[in-house]
Amino acid sequence: MSVLAQQLLLGLLIGGLYGLAAAGLSLVFGVLKVLDVAHGELIMLGGYMAFFVVAVFGLDPFVSLLVVIPLSLLLGVALYWGLFGFVVRADEETRVKNSLLIGFGLALALHALAVRLWTADERSIITPYGGSVISVGELSIPVVRLVSLAVAFALIGGLHLLLARWRWGKAIRATAEDWQAALLTGIDVRRAYLLAFAIGTGLAGAAGTLVTIGYSVSPSIGLEWTLKALIVVVLAGLGSMIGTFVGGLLLGVAEAASAAAFGGPYREVVGLVIFVVVLVVRPRGLFGR
Amino acid sequence: MRGLAGRHERRWAAAILGAFGLLALLPVAVRRDDVLNVVFLILLSITLAESWNIVAGYAGQVNLGHAAFFGLGALVARTLWIGGTPIAVALAAGAAIATLFALLIGVAAFRLRGAYFAIGTLALGEILRTTINNALPEISTLPAPTIATYRLTHRYYLALALAAVSVLAVAALAGSRLGLGMRAIREDEEAAEASGVGALRLKLTALALSTGLAGLAGGLFAFYHISYYPSHPFSPHWTFDALLMTFIGGVGTLHGPVLGAVLYVMLKEYVALRWVDFHLLIFGALFIAIVLLLPGGLVQAAERVRRLVRR
Repeated sequence: MSVLAQQLLLGLLIGGLYGLAAAGLSLVFGVLKVLDVAHGELIMLGGYMAFFVVAVFGLDPFVSLLVVIPLSLLLGVALYWGLFGFVVRADEETRVKNSLLIGFGLALALHALAVRLWTADERSIITPYGGSVISVGELSIPVVRLVSLAVAFALIGGLHLLLARWRWGKAIRATAEDWQAALLTGIDVRRAYLLAFAIGTGLAGAAGTLVTIGYSVSPSIGLEWTLKALIVVVLAGLGSMIGTFVGGLLLGVAEAASAAAFGGPYREVVGLVIFVVVLVVRPRGLFGR
Repeated sequence: MRGLAGRHERRWAAAILGAFGLLALLPVAVRRDDVLNVVFLILLSITLAESWNIVAGYAGQVNLGHAAFFGLGALVARTLWIGGTPIAVALAAGAAIATLFALLIGVAAFRLRGAYFAIGTLALGEILRTTINNALPEISTLPAPTIATYRLTHRYYLALALAAVSVLAVAALAGSRLGLGMRAIREDEEAAEASGVGALRLKLTALALSTGLAGLAGGLFAFYHISYYPSHPFSPHWTFDALLMTFIGGVGTLHGPVLGAVLYVMLKEYVALRWVDFHLLIFGALFIAIVLLLPGGLVQAAERVRRLVRR
């Protein structure tokens, strides 16, 4: 019994990272209506940024977020100006198509670049408190992953407030709902796109940092994280960042439960089956508007 | 309008089949295996791209789980063929299973629209890949007697035949009432339904045709490769390749995927030979440049040039 509880707990902890990874993608998909299949590669880049920030400056890995998130925001701005800004000029159907194409190209290039620069080895950030656990009854909670979950939740909460209160946050939400109406009310839609894409990339950087702290980063983690993020985005539905986070937690727990029931190799399969069932029963997602 | 479209496509079909006719002489003229292997790869890619084009280009549904059907075709054909079934029967069985599976999941998957259909099918493909990877982790190698009698030219002619079949199938579809209905769905599903087009039935027909061809292509892959991991044909890169080639060439046209496949394979091979270490990086960058510079693919770019010249 306690083994099962322990597994579910670990699932919940990684689920927070699924939620964070998905939040950035959800923002980009919801606002720009583009499918950024290179999102996992952006997470991977964030992971390497954190690794080198910690290695060079000797910062605490969680403090490195203060460097990695701004860098990722800048990367997002550059990618928007260089690539995705051209995609959003097209109508919605062409957008999805062209963003898929550019995303695949970008994923391929970033993966190859990462292998060249940093080799294909797995890396992870070692902290002095990396091995410590908190014991609650028979459960043991790894401190690093617990803090990661808290950080992820804080970031999602911050994003939620940002979208609800900030002037440009409201502009972003208006653009997501109906860009033509937003344009008519005088909102600079292009600016809203840029901000949403930059924030999405910043969140990917944060997710990458937490992945590298709690787990490990290698150039090939991109596709896996893109897939997880896509699943959570659709599972949760668009329009609510908190909903996306909860969707991530649900996927993490569902994977852990299925791993316990059918054995480790099938954890992804059951998660994906749940996803397809939800998609068919509720095409707008669990929390979709 | 319809007659014109049909004639245009018939001309392209004739040109492509003429080129295939010349390629039939290639094994006689050139006795180099490397050349035959590259042309084989192009022909396999043409089949895969055209098969993807049926659902994406004509019925307008971006299927990101295409590799699942390629993989199923490969799995079934390989198992039967190694077990002693004649290759033609094995190929047909592979295609039949792929189509059957497509119809089973199609009813559910077509409840999803647009980008959601794309993500849903991507997930379906991954479910199958992970399962196969776990269930069949051992590499599949041909038995020694088969390797001893292996002839590349047999594979080459089979690839040529399948590529011709896929081009003929799309040409027939493009000129038919069925294809017209599919295009109506692509342009506006509600409007098509309102004018009496059974959208689900047509989308399922498109999917069946598409996955049948993909299953055949998978069988060809299984017949060609001496050893590979059974999960390899299920890898999403087969889907991405088909998508990229179709979009580079021109989606929803007969000749677009053929031109796209030729350019894509040649470019990839050239870059791989020229810049060994950096080839994926350069290929990815080139590829992004093509998408940004030619947003409608080669076919649309050619049309624009033609219009400029005429003016």
